[in-house]
Amino acid sequence: MSVVTNTTTIGAIEAPSRRNTELALLAFAVVIPVFAYLNVGLAIDGKVPAGMLGYGLGLGLLAGVAHLVVRKFAPYADPLLLPLATLLNGMGLVLIWRLDQSPRIISRYKTFTPDAPSQMLYSAIAVAMFVGVLLVLKDHRVLQRYTYISMVAALVLLLLPLVPGLGADVFGAKIWISVAGFSIQPGEFAKIILAVFFSGYLMVKRDALALASRRFMGLYLPRGRDLGPILTIWAVSLLILVFENDLGTSLLFFGMFVIMLYVATERTSWVVMGLLMSTAGAVVVGSTAGHVKSRVAAWLDPFECLKTAPEGSNMAAACDQMTQVLMSFGSGGILGTGLGQGNSDLIGFAANSDFIFATVGEELGLAGVMVFLLLYGLIIERGVRTALAARDPFGKLLAMGLSGAFALQVFVVAGGVMGLIPLTGMTMPFLAYGGSSVIANWALIGILIRISDTARRPAPAPAPSPDAEMTQVVRP
Amino acid sequence: MNKPLRRVAIFCGLLVLALLLRDNWIQYVRADELNAHPKNRRVTIERYANERGNIIVDGKPITGSVDSQDPYYRFKRTYFDGPMWAPVTGYASQAYDANQIEKIEDGILTGNDDRLFFDRTLSMFTGDKRKGGNVVTTLSGAAQKAAFDGLGDKTGAVVAIEPKTGKILALASTPSYDPSSFAGYSAKDEKAWIALENDKNKPKQNRALREIYPPGSVFKVVTAAAALESGKVTDIDAPTDTPEPYKIPLSTKPMINHASGCENASLNQALEVSCNSVFAKLGDDVGRDKMVETAEKFGFNAEQFTPVRSAASVYDKKSDRGGNALSSIGQFNTATTPLQMAMVTAAIANDGKLMKPYMIDKLESPNVDVIKQNEPEEMSRPVSAETAQKLQQMMENVVSNGTGGKADLNMDGVKVGGKTGTAQHGEKNAKRPYAWFISYAKTDQGSPVAVAVIVEDSAGTDREDISGGGLAAPIAKAVMKAVLKTRS
Repeated sequence: MSVVTNTTTIGAIEAPSRRNTELALLAFAVVIPVFAYLNVGLAIDGKVPAGMLGYGLGLGLLAGVAHLVVRKFAPYADPLLLPLATLLNGMGLVLIWRLDQSPRIISRYKTFTPDAPSQMLYSAIAVAMFVGVLLVLKDHRVLQRYTYISMVAALVLLLLPLVPGLGADVFGAKIWISVAGFSIQPGEFAKIILAVFFSGYLMVKRDALALASRRFMGLYLPRGRDLGPILTIWAVSLLILVFENDLGTSLLFFGMFVIMLYVATERTSWVVMGLLMSTAGAVVVGSTAGHVKSRVAAWLDPFECLKTAPEGSNMAAACDQMTQVLMSFGSGGILGTGLGQGNSDLIGFAANSDFIFATVGEELGLAGVMVFLLLYGLIIERGVRTALAARDPFGKLLAMGLSGAFALQVFVVAGGVMGLIPLTGMTMPFLAYGGSSVIANWALIGILIRISDTARRPAPAPAPSPDAEMTQVVRP
Repeated sequence: MNKPLRRVAIFCGLLVLALLLRDNWIQYVRADELNAHPKNRRVTIERYANERGNIIVDGKPITGSVDSQDPYYRFKRTYFDGPMWAPVTGYASQAYDANQIEKIEDGILTGNDDRLFFDRTLSMFTGDKRKGGNVVTTLSGAAQKAAFDGLGDKTGAVVAIEPKTGKILALASTPSYDPSSFAGYSAKDEKAWIALENDKNKPKQNRALREIYPPGSVFKVVTAAAALESGKVTDIDAPTDTPEPYKIPLSTKPMINHASGCENASLNQALEVSCNSVFAKLGDDVGRDKMVETAEKFGFNAEQFTPVRSAASVYDKKSDRGGNALSSIGQFNTATTPLQMAMVTAAIANDGKLMKPYMIDKLESPNVDVIKQNEPEEMSRPVSAETAQKLQQMMENVVSNGTGGKADLNMDGVKVGGKTGTAQHGEKNAKRPYAWFISYAKTDQGSPVAVAVIVEDSAGTDREDISGGGLAAPIAKAVMKAVLKTRS
């Protein structure tokens, strides 16, 4: 009897690659920001802005290159992710450029340099990063090999801002490092690297964590040695918060870890424990750290806090900023004032980074904000869908971790700016000004595209087996 | 792993949903509240984003707008002859809000008023910059200039009214201020504002409308009106039954007359030389209630809206007999705005018909369509035509034979009536008295102008020389002359 290695008798059905869908969507993703650019120019100067052609070509070129690379190296990837990222990035550029035109922001700083050109450069670097991810990472499972290296890399990145001489304390948060005149926010990159570590670690430990547990008060509690990592991560995230004044990042990492743990072990107890721990952490930090305290006060009732806070204090500044942001949103109303016609530049400091969403709120109104939130929601949804479709547990966990982190970041930033939760200094992915953020997020999209490509790629056609005969189709 | 994945997906969906709900909350439910919040600078930014409309006198604007190229507030208000017109225009300051006409007609001036909706919509399509409408006043540049120059560096106020219509012709108050000096929001503007706030002479106070003074003898025309209306006096030349000295009821104090010949003086004679005793007794004879009724018909005890709000003049409704007697000669609690005394004079000059005083003739859209035209409006009839004519006869006598000689215009066909007043005030009347003068001019076609002038504490004048006739009458004369000149 011969050894039959392959009994498949039906040829692989080519799954639709959806590359043309992606191209069509990309056309919209380029044209919409170009029109927005025109809109701003007309509203501010009353004439077609000089840079429109260059901007359109630049954005089109970036989108085109990204598309060609996806077409060639990830042909089965999800067709929505790239257009969504392009649209958000393009709109972000328009919003930053719009704020560059504000005479108030120009007059506020003695040496004013427009941010839009550098953001354009960062976007180009970011798309290069995206291309690099797709070229280098032929298969996402390769990343599994770097589980522990990732952990070390992430911790080093996170702790870098604390190194004297390297870290830069900018406006109270020590989350930047300064290298050769460039500031980098290592936390943004650590987000992705940590997701890799979590996926690799959990894939190995998931059974131990899920099964070796004792039942206590209706919850499955894991053994102490399995509990170690979550406690360590919790402690590290708290340390980051305490030493770097960065509530957002610690919340993000912790949330990402809990989500991935839950997905890996399918145990609700992790979620309950995670919630309890983060609540405890938040209460401790909220009542001790002054910087967090003023944010909480500004969140509870900014207008009232503005009256009670001592003049010139940190709290007064935080509350004033929050009132400005809220009034920006309020002034936008349902349809907004129109691009270029709002006064969101009254927010002052960080108008085009942490608070860029307020400009969306004022100039595009409720309708515009909902569109942006839904765009983010779509990216998250495509990410989760990728996780569902992924065939290997590592890919599932990684895709879920990345899209969960993305979702948390959007929630924390937008929720903070809209006064739903206390404000934390994080960037709105793709929209906000900042090189680290846009580069890291394009890399994140690159990895998701790679996973979705692997997930949707049809199984390789079996090698023809000389021993198997094709089934004869008998026609009646 | 797919079951927890789906749950996490739902969780992420809930996060987005929470954001969507929150956004609806702040941008839909709370939008109006946030938009109208006093801390929201967008309102002021919007107010100064476009060229503001103008306030117009004699067809020429007395205000202007200058493009300051400022990143926050683009256009800044300027004023021509600011100090002279400040009591009319008020101010519009980027840092200190606005008041008076600038505030009351802010909607028209900024172009935000609903009545300008059509203009706004039109300019939206034509692409023109939005502009504000104009406020056309009833004032007369010549009369205002005469009043302001007449007051000079003295502290005081002048109000001139056209008795036939109630149009305010002049509204001056000194010392004044230049609203241009703090129209912006720079450190310089702040300095100017603080200096004005701390100025002891209160230059920002609109003395013509908002300050109440004891009227002194000029109030005697109201008492005379009440006496004639109530029938206590029918013949103005008949002697009254007034002792000399006259004792104030419920008091042992005798009433001091500065004038001589007041014993049993006729009403005409008493007004001519300004006898305190005669009018105090008349006020007592007429009684408090009738005095209050007459004073209120002239506009006392109520704020007037021109549309700029004036302070309410006071005639005490609860005084005892002694108080009422003192009130009747314009002392005790009686207090009046210059506007109020101008209204009294105007009502007498207009044969007893009091027209509602107003200073905005019409509102215009940016392309000079009339949005609202104010028409003269009768306010009340404080005295009958007959009484009014008797009062005119007496006031004209004051000018031709009595204390008001300095107001005589000596113009053919023009009769001038007036009344002087020297109002004492302060503890035991220690402060320098106020000099009052009210007057009107009258031709065959009725009266074109009635004026009330008050000169406060005038430094450099001997106390003995402070009198309505000497200080205030020449100003009234100049104002009346200016009005009559522009008429002819």
